[in-house]
Amino acid sequence: MTSLLIRNGHLIDPGAGIDGPRDLLLKEGRVAEIAGPGKLKSSNGAQVLDAAGLTVAPGLIDIHVHLREPGQGYKETIATGTAAAAAGGFTSVAAMPNTTPVNDTPEITRWMQSPDRGACVRVYPIAAATRGSNGEALTDFASLKSAGAVAVTDDGRPILKDSIMRETLAAAARVGLSVIQHAEDTRLTQGGSMNAGPVAFKLGLRGMPTEAESGLVERDIRLVTELRDARVHLHVAHTSTAGAIAAVRQARRNGLRVTCEVAPHHFLLTEEHVGLYSTNAKMNPPLRSAADRDAMIEAILDGVVDAIATDHAPHATHEKEVEFEHAPNGITGLETALGLCLRWLHREWKLPLGRVLSLLSAQPAALLGLKGRGTLAVGSFGDVVVFDPKAEWTYSAKETRSRSHNTPFDGWTMQGKVRWTVSEGKIAYAAG
Amino acid sequence: MNVIAATPSVRRPIRPPQVPASQFPYNPGSLLSAGDLTLEGVSRILTRATELDKMDPLVRDRILLKRRIALLFYESSTRTRTSFELAAKALGADTTLVSNLSSSIEKGETLKDTGLTLRALGAEAIILRHNSSGAPWLLEEAARLPVLNAGDGMHEHPTQALLDLRTILAHLRPGVTEVGADTLAGVTVTVVGDILHSRVARSNMFLLPRLGAEVILCGPTQLLPDSAAGAGPGISVERDFESAMRRSQVVMMLRIQAERLAGLQLDLEQYKAAYQLNGQRLAAHAPEAIVMHPGPIIRGLELTAGVADGAQSAILEQVTNGVVIRMAVVERALTASAGAGGSL
Repeated sequence: MTSLLIRNGHLIDPGAGIDGPRDLLLKEGRVAEIAGPGKLKSSNGAQVLDAAGLTVAPGLIDIHVHLREPGQGYKETIATGTAAAAAGGFTSVAAMPNTTPVNDTPEITRWMQSPDRGACVRVYPIAAATRGSNGEALTDFASLKSAGAVAVTDDGRPILKDSIMRETLAAAARVGLSVIQHAEDTRLTQGGSMNAGPVAFKLGLRGMPTEAESGLVERDIRLVTELRDARVHLHVAHTSTAGAIAAVRQARRNGLRVTCEVAPHHFLLTEEHVGLYSTNAKMNPPLRSAADRDAMIEAILDGVVDAIATDHAPHATHEKEVEFEHAPNGITGLETALGLCLRWLHREWKLPLGRVLSLLSAQPAALLGLKGRGTLAVGSFGDVVVFDPKAEWTYSAKETRSRSHNTPFDGWTMQGKVRWTVSEGKIAYAAG
Repeated sequence: MNVIAATPSVRRPIRPPQVPASQFPYNPGSLLSAGDLTLEGVSRILTRATELDKMDPLVRDRILLKRRIALLFYESSTRTRTSFELAAKALGADTTLVSNLSSSIEKGETLKDTGLTLRALGAEAIILRHNSSGAPWLLEEAARLPVLNAGDGMHEHPTQALLDLRTILAHLRPGVTEVGADTLAGVTVTVVGDILHSRVARSNMFLLPRLGAEVILCGPTQLLPDSAAGAGPGISVERDFESAMRRSQVVMMLRIQAERLAGLQLDLEQYKAAYQLNGQRLAAHAPEAIVMHPGPIIRGLELTAGVADGAQSAILEQVTNGVVIRMAVVERALTASAGAGGSL
């Protein structure tokens, strides 16, 4: 394997506490050496990347993506989804199990990680918590874990029954897996296609109340409390309501291992962005009120949020070009996350660059226990993103590397242009 | 101190991304929402309706001679369909009816493809009735033809609001067709019943307050969420029917839409006790008010037969007004240019 020298860049590694000019040498897919500018010699055959004026950071990690394989290759494949990830600066993605069939076996979990899938960044499967994600019978967590699953979830659906959720939390804790909950009390959201409230009323759409999310998060936290087992880890996926954030905040104060992620669309957009039935503003959880959106920003700024995760959910154009209530939920997000986070969290709302990057790398890696990821410490994986933090650019959905185009951020101004994405020492993306 | 208003939970002022302006309507002849019309646009339609009403039918039927208009109906309809069809034909247009039960829609054709097909067949405008809220916006964007919303799901029915306005004006402001922001000042309209599922209620509440009217929404919580009061200015919620009646010059009754209740439990006897418009209630609380109903009426449920057929009832006038209003709207669809009363 060749080596790669990234020179003249400004290295930010929030996990290792580095923020300054450094050269970085990758060898055999790992970080071999970090030194001051000009101190590292390019050994024979080493490829050299000149990162002058650019920021060099740990490759980004998205712990919530839908790569649609197996079974829905017309929306996305592992190859196209990871190509979009690399273009967005991501070097690791955790893939949700709501595929066809559902990833509820070690065989599918291994199939997703096979080199035959053509992934250009690391794919970590997240396995179904219950068979078929039907919320009834637990899958075999131990064998899923040894096949490579990094967490369990029924994402797309909640684990609704108290008894099943309690069992899931306890069984996952025994084998050292996190439980990721799609917090939606589906008894309250049936038939709903956007956030409940005046906007849904005006548009004549059935609403999904915020209590459907916050209520289930509160229930889950109660179960974690009752289990009295420090190994139990509950992670709340795509948090969208002030109520759910408040519950997580309180759980943390009580010393529980409860974490949460927020998607860019939930800290940027509101139900008003549904406009006149734009299906690219339809996702689950739905875009909420301005007060909920502001609560997401607040929670990111004050550290309650553990990770930014995109919930990248590609759908074919023909699936989205239908009546709003019949359109599938979800938007793509891998190519826009960094640009939106830098434009808004960093530039507009003054979150330090290191903290933005931490929410996109070190923290999600720690959350799912992804060893050697999210840091550039010597010996860790050679996962690097090199980007121009000042560059402004306009996102164009039709140029996406994803197989799908369903994004509300088409034409938006982004900040921070990815120049190279390096995955385990190999260039996975280079800006054209 | 911060001068920028922020929600209390946020420590620092937050300047969020803006909501982009709407591209709709793409075609100035479209009528998707009652809210799309300026008051000048409303006036033009009302004035033109009266002119067309009085015009010699043999002159009138040259206005849109042989122009092609498609009626695309995904739901059953008596009044609206017939009314649009008679209106288009009165102007000389050729109409064709496509309904979901006797077309390729049954075979799974999407609304987009049906719209493109109608356009390729030579349709110059599409009148759409659809069971999904928002469908006319999807169709207009896909087909780029003038689209007239003849009722979309639980959302809007703009021509109903216009014909209701013509009916209200005939009783309360006779002779007026030019409307402004205070034409209906001092007028209170109570809309009663299944507001949640009613496109008629929404179109009226988006139109009448702009002419100065107060709109009171009245019904039980299952059919009228509290959030309805936030739908716009001039709209309030009142649970007590008789109290609302006492303040009203117009009482607009709505049908319980059993087909849209979606599992909602509703005790009809209780409902009737609180919200049925019967002769006694009308005489006691609104003896001067006009009684309206978009139809179909269910006699003995939301109102009694005596009230439906009574002297205060304007229900059949509404139906008659529907034809002339739709003549004006159909003519506008095929003749409007940018700036002619749309939001453009």
